[in-house]
Amino acid sequence: MLLKNNSQRLFGLIIAIMLLICLMCASIVYGYTDTTWKMVLEAFRNYNGSNEHIVIQTVRLPRSLIAAAVGSSLAIAGVLMQTLTKNPLASPGTFGVNAGAGFAVVLAVTFFSVGNLQAFTWISFLGAAIAAIGVYAIGSVGREGLTPMKLTLAGAAMTAMFASFTQGFLVINEAAFEQVLFWLAGSVEGRKMTVLTAVLPYLMIGWLGAMIIASKLNVLSMGEDVAKGLGLSTGFIKIGAAVLIIFLAGGSVAIAGPVGFIGIVIPHVARSIIGIDHRWVIPFSGILGGILLLAADILARYIIMPQEVPVGVMTAIIGTPFFIYIVRKGFNAR
Amino acid sequence: MVQTIETQNLTLSYGDSIIIDELDLEIPKGEITVFIGGNGCGKSTLLRSIARLLKPKSGAVLLEGKAISKMSTKDVAKQMAILPQTPIAPEGLTVLQLVKQGRYPYQTWLKQWTDEDEKQVTNALKATGIEELKDRPVDSLSGGQRQRAWIAMTLAQDTDIVLLDEPTTYLDMTHQIEILDLLFELNEKEQRTIVMVLHDLNLACRYADNIVAIKDQKIYAQGKPEIVINCSLVRNVFGMECEIIMDPLLGTPLCIPYGKGRCILNKAGTMIGS
Repeated sequence: MLLKNNSQRLFGLIIAIMLLICLMCASIVYGYTDTTWKMVLEAFRNYNGSNEHIVIQTVRLPRSLIAAAVGSSLAIAGVLMQTLTKNPLASPGTFGVNAGAGFAVVLAVTFFSVGNLQAFTWISFLGAAIAAIGVYAIGSVGREGLTPMKLTLAGAAMTAMFASFTQGFLVINEAAFEQVLFWLAGSVEGRKMTVLTAVLPYLMIGWLGAMIIASKLNVLSMGEDVAKGLGLSTGFIKIGAAVLIIFLAGGSVAIAGPVGFIGIVIPHVARSIIGIDHRWVIPFSGILGGILLLAADILARYIIMPQEVPVGVMTAIIGTPFFIYIVRKGFNAR
Repeated sequence: MVQTIETQNLTLSYGDSIIIDELDLEIPKGEITVFIGGNGCGKSTLLRSIARLLKPKSGAVLLEGKAISKMSTKDVAKQMAILPQTPIAPEGLTVLQLVKQGRYPYQTWLKQWTDEDEKQVTNALKATGIEELKDRPVDSLSGGQRQRAWIAMTLAQDTDIVLLDEPTTYLDMTHQIEILDLLFELNEKEQRTIVMVLHDLNLACRYADNIVAIKDQKIYAQGKPEIVINCSLVRNVFGMECEIIMDPLLGTPLCIPYGKGRCILNKAGTMIGS
């Protein structure tokens, strides 16, 4: 733990928020279309309809906001998921949301010839929610209700099932393959502002809800029996956390497709900096998640310019070294 | 005798197999009650059920005359604390953070942390003698210290009743005595009702005011150790032949099992060679 008391933690949080804002601005300014900080100010003060102003307002601004919102949501969903499963390698993907969303999109393309990004939003959200509810239901079967181990196993099984269905459909239907491939890689590029505004309420409920249950998650992380003994309604809190994960991770995959590594890596980075109290870990992870996705998205524009590397690949490139570090550091099975 | 916990017709099961069958049990207030019995006899299951961690198949657990299943779980947590068997703290949690969680039942949206909370946490750290360790991570402590930290958490909960499921498991002899002495003192000084499961019959006899021996889903015997513990109880409950002698230090019953081993006594009962 890097920051040892609450005033240091608050300072750390403020620094992170400032960095997030800087990166959001940088995401609007830097890219293939040559724009300057001054131009950006102009575009918002007196819009003149020039190519640069259009790019700034309709391409870069949504992209920047989406990267921040999706990055934050994935990181917070990751925190919730790791606490719920007591598994340090858990991520929103472990809950089956990405696999469910992917399958729903492929199904829609194959059978209903849906082809546009807007339609993908609700279809993938629905797929993510159904998969997550399925994982939760299967994980809750049996006498003890939902246990971390059963949740992890149910998630792995459902993910494997949806992933193989998806692959099966893509092999049969090559046209769908073309349409879906760019979505499956995960990206915050080319999304309209309306996509964000449609899903934003769910994400905001997720952010707020996670903050509200933070102190209860501290109690839950001490184990089911201890938590019950302390008077926590564990069943209620686990369902609440699951709903928030569906909103956050489902909303994220609906906007950007499956973006990996943020949900798994950021909670660990946050904990190593700010400690294990969820009341700090949740907001700090949210900010750091936004920072990572923004940074990955900005870098993605410059590596093979004028083309772009999918942001899902960039987060993996940045995330993998952290991932190896986590595994090497060794975690007690909890 | 004043009852604080009572079970009525309590039946507990795992799936179809009955663990405890229509049990009526009364636990006296302000005393130390110890559940004993063979492995898998259901003594831990019974304790977990009393602590509402396990729903009964039928029957009820009453706390001061009220059905525990009808009370809000937070209200129960203000009257009764439970320390489960070998709990595991999240990696990096400090002793102070752990003990503070004991105040969870008292926290509401408006009242996050009060002077009373602070006082209870300080007292709990003091009573368990771990004030110096309060900033250390729980996972860096020795077994005995860790168990003290967990007991401190249950004390911070400020309940009249403390339930403990095998609090001495995995501890060496020194720390077993240390933990049980601590619980004994808490009972003496603060009149807290203590209910625990112990494996060691001799320790149970030494510390319990009231022993509950469980066999075949029922209570085999209940009462003061010096009255209920005898050879036939040990034979029937544990399936073992033994001698019961008097503990030379405290006078409580001491069980000496028959069985094999190196014998260094001659026929006259004195040590060979002396």
